[in-house]
Amino acid sequence: MDYQNAKILLLATLLISFGALTTNAQQKSSCIECHIKLEGKIGDPARSIKDDIHLSRGLSCNDCHGGDPTQGDKTAAKDPRKGYLGRPRMADIPAFCGKCHNDASFMKKFNPALRVDQEKEYATSVHGKLLKTGNEKVATCISCHGVHGIRAVNDALSSVYPLNVAETCAKCHGQAERMAEFKIPTDQYMKYKKSVHAKALYDRQDLSAPTCNDCHGNHGAAPPGLASVANVCGQCHARQGELFQASVHKAAFDNKGLGECITCHNNHEIKKPTDALLGTAEGSVCVSCHKQGDKGFAAAGEMRSQIDGLLQRIENSNRILDRAERAGMEVSKPKFDLREAIDGVTHARVLIHSSSPAEVDKVVAPATGIAAKTYQAGVDALAELNFRRKGLVVSLFFILFLAVLVYLKLKDIERRQPA
Amino acid sequence: MTIEPFKNWLEERLSLSALAQAAKKKEVPLHRQSIWYYFGGMTLFLFVVQVVTGILLLLYYRPSAENAFESVQFIMTEVKFGWLIRSIHSWSANLMILTLFIHMFSVYFMRAYNRPRELTWVTGVVLLLLSITFGFSGYLLPWNTVSFFATKVGTDIAGVVPVVGKTALRFLRGGDEVTGATLTRFFGFHVAVLPAMATVFLGIHVLLVQLHGMHVPARYEQNYRRMKFFPNFLMRDLIGWILAIGVLAALAALFPWELGVKADAFAPAPAGIKPEWYFLFMFQTLKYIPARVLVFDGEVIGILFFMLAGAVLFIIPFINRSPEKFPHQRMIFTALGVVAVLYIVVMTIIGYLA
Repeated sequence: MDYQNAKILLLATLLISFGALTTNAQQKSSCIECHIKLEGKIGDPARSIKDDIHLSRGLSCNDCHGGDPTQGDKTAAKDPRKGYLGRPRMADIPAFCGKCHNDASFMKKFNPALRVDQEKEYATSVHGKLLKTGNEKVATCISCHGVHGIRAVNDALSSVYPLNVAETCAKCHGQAERMAEFKIPTDQYMKYKKSVHAKALYDRQDLSAPTCNDCHGNHGAAPPGLASVANVCGQCHARQGELFQASVHKAAFDNKGLGECITCHNNHEIKKPTDALLGTAEGSVCVSCHKQGDKGFAAAGEMRSQIDGLLQRIENSNRILDRAERAGMEVSKPKFDLREAIDGVTHARVLIHSSSPAEVDKVVAPATGIAAKTYQAGVDALAELNFRRKGLVVSLFFILFLAVLVYLKLKDIERRQPA
Repeated sequence: MTIEPFKNWLEERLSLSALAQAAKKKEVPLHRQSIWYYFGGMTLFLFVVQVVTGILLLLYYRPSAENAFESVQFIMTEVKFGWLIRSIHSWSANLMILTLFIHMFSVYFMRAYNRPRELTWVTGVVLLLLSITFGFSGYLLPWNTVSFFATKVGTDIAGVVPVVGKTALRFLRGGDEVTGATLTRFFGFHVAVLPAMATVFLGIHVLLVQLHGMHVPARYEQNYRRMKFFPNFLMRDLIGWILAIGVLAALAALFPWELGVKADAFAPAPAGIKPEWYFLFMFQTLKYIPARVLVFDGEVIGILFFMLAGAVLFIIPFINRSPEKFPHQRMIFTALGVVAVLYIVVMTIIGYLA
């Protein structure tokens, strides 16, 4: 092929490609063209669909609603023979979305990692079960994800983005009138906003912090039963859950029908746990079941004093090491070592879920040893400082004495020297 | 048994009596400005302190990014009197630079660099540059956060020098970034290259001082007394050195040199990174120069200015040759010296307080 022919072929290829692109970009959608001109609710879908993830992936109105968007005429476009479905009934929405979202082969084309069991899960949820009974006041797919402006879950503007989930749930669960029929409280959102989890999520923007769906599930949303609460919390707080399951409290809580974690920590309004929750003083959760004289009361008191004792030792070490450091002594190593004792406190606070002072002591005892060593390092540093200062006074005395001696000798020499 | 045969043996080989005779003959001028003569000896003494304490530190110091900080920490906490040796080394380094500046400016204002002492001045300026380089290279060796970032900033400045900057930066750092390679390199400069160069130039400098004797400022030339170098001057020197040991001991005991936090190349640079005090006036000047001066880069202009000032420092004896013949020239040089001292002092204070 000569150079001229090659140029013509290249030009032709470019023109064809450009033609194909423009045809695709200008694909006709009579649905949007007509509905966007309409005011009010009937026009809203056409206006909000521009942000919709489905549209951005090449899908359009007819992929859900059927019909023929290439037809300019309303009747032809909405021809039932061309699969036009119109607006689905509330009860049909899960199946409506499920047409595609249940189809693994179809969904793979867009996101191979996306789950395809949402509809099945939904059927197991309280929402899904009530919907089956004909109650159309419950949430379906569109209640949480929106209708025509559906965004990807990881889009910060999505109603189901972690930072927006609680607000989305509260849209319904915060309405006393709406929830009256179901006899469930409506203060969950207010309580959750005061919780340690909400602080992590909103204040620290820690997206791994739990919001509603992390405990209740999303598509299969349901309140966890008493027996499964520990499993829910244990998803993140695994070690605490494991210790609790092996503790004497497990059987006792089961017998009394108490929720495992929530009895002490609450459910929605989970405050940052402090050592005050443990022990026998007022404000401790232990005393709500244990009375003076019983074994649990003694164990609670002992575990609290183990932790308090360790904290006191760490405080003492910190104070003396800071004092030595301010005086210019090098104490970075004991300060570094002290971190291990501080880690010991964290570990001990986890171990209290075993309800066993002996278990707690396995961590507290070595940590106390480390704290004692670092305290001794602080004592030694101050003693060394004292030694240095005394040494300096003695050395300066000899140094000055020597200087005076040399001076006297010099004067003596100069006296003898001829003028 | 007498030591006479041994003395005779030595005498025959080293002519010690001739040296003793020369020492007896050596005299130091005595006038109102004689106090400045002691600063050269004090600088030399502090240099000796640096050598001795530096050798002791070498016994424990490990020059690698992995071990340097820990080894200095070990010296400060575990080695008997290690804290004292390291603190004296650091304090003495700073005092040495201070006495060196005083020595240099006293020589400058007394015009002691004039014929025939031009080469004494030149070797002195070389020793000043070597001392500053000693300070810069030694600063990095503890491998703590402040020294790490100060070295980063310092070598960055070297990298701005036109034409040779990039090469100089890579040469100093041993790569594009401050890493363990930089530390090893600086250690090599600090304990081998610089001491060897300093020994050579110090030898020449001291030899020239002995050869030409102490300079007498013009206004005292007609009317000054003399003091014997040995023992009168040397014993006064000795008193100063003994007191210097006292000052160093007090500084080391009351204000032990900080170790700081181990350097972490991935950590953000802490706020307010500053170089050692003797670089502060240049550092502060560079901060004041606008980013662009006409079409030139402000930082480059500043660096070139200091390089030019350094070059002028070398050739001062050759451009201010006959102050007696040109009294105006003499006044200009004195005024320039006063401006330089004031500038250095003021900018250092501003830099320190900033």
